[in-house]
Parts: sequence; C-alpha cells; structure tokens
Amino acid sequence: MKVKLRNPDREVEVAGERKVHDLLGELGINPDTVLVIRERELLTREDRLGQQDEIEVRPVISGGGGR
Amino acid sequence: MNRMKCRRCKAPAVVEVRRHNAAFCRDCFEHYVRAQVVRAIAHYDMVGPDDRILVAVSGGKDSLALWDLLLDLGYRADGLYLGLGIGEYSSRSGDVVRAFAGERDTRLIEVDLAGEYGFDVPTAGKKGSRSTCAVCGLSKRYVFNKAARDHGYDVIATGHNLDDEAATLLGNTLRWQTEYIARQFPVLPAEEGFARKVKPLYRLSELETAAYAFLRGIDYVVEECPLVAGNTQLRYKDAMNQLESTSPGTKAQFFLSYLDRAAPLFATQDDAHLTACERCGQPTTARFCAFCRARAQILGERLGGPSNEPVVIADLSEEVMPVELYGANP
Repeated sequence: MKVKLRNPDREVEVAGERKVHDLLGELGINPDTVLVIRERELLTREDRLGQQDEIEVRPVISGGGGR
Repeated sequence: MNRMKCRRCKAPAVVEVRRHNAAFCRDCFEHYVRAQVVRAIAHYDMVGPDDRILVAVSGGKDSLALWDLLLDLGYRADGLYLGLGIGEYSSRSGDVVRAFAGERDTRLIEVDLAGEYGFDVPTAGKKGSRSTCAVCGLSKRYVFNKAARDHGYDVIATGHNLDDEAATLLGNTLRWQTEYIARQFPVLPAEEGFARKVKPLYRLSELETAAYAFLRGIDYVVEECPLVAGNTQLRYKDAMNQLESTSPGTKAQFFLSYLDRAAPLFATQDDAHLTACERCGQPTTARFCAFCRARAQILGERLGGPSNEPVVIADLSEEVMPVELYGANP
C-alpha cells in the first residue's frame, strides 16, 4: 500500500495487509497524534488496510504562539 | 472485518475517543463535539445569544472548527485573520480563511501585520529579543484585542483545545509560574480595556478537533508553521502524548481537574494595575505595552516623546507584562 505522510510531505510503500494500529506502530507513530484517511474516510485503529490501499497519515498536533 | 462500533448507534465507527473508552460514527461524533462545546459555553457562561463574537482564525483546524461550531450553534460569530507574512504558509492560510468565510457568507476582518505595524513575524524573529513564537503570540493577542474593541465585539473566541491547555499548564507548572497559572482559564472576563476571552474547545482534544474539521469538509492548513520547529509547546505536547498513550485520559484529568480543584487555589494573586499604553492606548501594566516595546525594538525605534524619558532599548527584553494577561499560550 501507499502511505502518504505529512510535514514534510512524503510517501512510503508498505507491503502486505495489516491493521491501522500495526501500520502506525511500524512507522513509529502515536495513534493519538494522527488522522488516518482512506478514500476520504477516517479509519480507526482496528480497521484493516489492504495491499492496494492509498492511505494518508495526517498529523493533528500544532504548536506556536496562539491560535 | 471487525470495525469498531459507534457507542450511541452501533453503526461502524470512524473516530475513537480513547479517554472515554468510546468510538463514534460520523453523525454521533459531530453530536459529541457539539455537546462538549455547548457544555463548555454553559459551564463558564462564555457567551450569550446576543453577544457579538470575534473568532480569531488562523486557517488551522482548531480555529476553523470553532468558527464552524459557533455558527452552527446559532451564534453571531465573525472572523479575524492576522496576516503574519510567513511566505507561502501565510498565503495558504489567508486563502482557506477567506474561502471559509465566503462559503458561509459571514464577515471576515483582515489585518496585515506588516502593512499595519511595519514588520512581519520572520523579521521579528531575527531582529527582536523574543523568540519567533513569542512575538507571534504577542502580536496576535494585541491585534485580537484591539480589533475586538475597535469593531465593538463583546468577546474574542480562540481555538485553544485540551492539548494546548494541558501543555501550557504543564509548562507553567514545571516552572511554578503561579501568576500565569492563575490566569489560565477557559474564560477571562472583560476588564479595563481587555475584551472578554473564551476558549470553547478546551474540553476537546487536538485529535477530536482535527477529526471534526475533516468530517465537516473544512479545508484547513495541514502544514505546520515553518518557524515552529523546536517550539517548547510542542515538546510539552509530546510529553503529554507519551503519557496519554499508556494512560488514556491523563491530559483531560490534568487540565480539567486543575480547573475544578486547583484553579481556585491560584486565583488570589492577580493584583496587576492596568493603565493605558502611552504609545497606543491599549491596557498595560507598564508605561508602554509589551507589543509597542517589542515593535520598537524590531523597528529600531526609541519609545517616548520629547517630554518623556526614553526607554532604554536594552530593557525591552524584560517582560513586564505577563503574557497570560492576554489569556493565550506563551
């Protein structure tokens, strides 16, 4: 599957099916800090990802001097 | 496929809220988010039905989600966007904010920092004594308050979420900055030239505001500010997230329990006497407000006229006015 990562934008290829939780673990990403998106739908940790999926892992953390 | 089920309706879930040991489908998640905001507003009597609200919008998920929620709940909420001059990042931010306002046919007030005050944030970070994030935050608080007063708004609403507040409280607690802790509250009442400030998203995590913005189809700026690398607030958030990953609910307990049980213990030390800044008239505890002092330093100007003793530029790095008098994050 293709996994799009942000900040900075980049793409990685991951072989095989797995759960969202497992994918994030392999990528070293805390599940509480990202949205996982497939075909404009949000996924939860338990959702399964297929070999042909295109996934976006979108960080939600922002910082700075105010909003 | 073993999908999580929505706690309310048992449909397939799209968002998990681990601290509540719950997951929600799209409709029920939006209901949950609205309920949290309604509860926050009611608990602290943040805004009334006739109040004119000015929402400080950056183009990020939190402020646009907040604006969307307030409009959806029927409040009179206009937006204020401050152009910071951070290259493509600011250009994109301005575009998404204008598009949001246009789609909802609602009023957007725009202020350009360079056009109005003669400097942008990247320049300020190089020329001033404050960090880039500090001068950015100071500028926002100054402009938001001034715009609210100039345009007759009753209240300023900002998109600070639970993660922001927990990280700020952690930072203030690690240094025992009791005067800042005393003023870290979801509502700061109007006083001597300061408009009321409210944070209706304080019960919602960053993940929840991002999920809400996404599910509502809000086009927001995903990219992080290019100047934020190394920001202290991000390190505190990272520490809180590590705790949260093994103990869901830690952030909420830390901040919400502070509000319920610890805040009253700190709420007695606010004896700052406010006066009008001699340069701009905004409230300050010093002769000149922190913004005017920072601006003078950045522009290489000296504050004070012929009849006044000039302020020595070397003294401008001293933060006479507590940042939290404006009620936002340091």
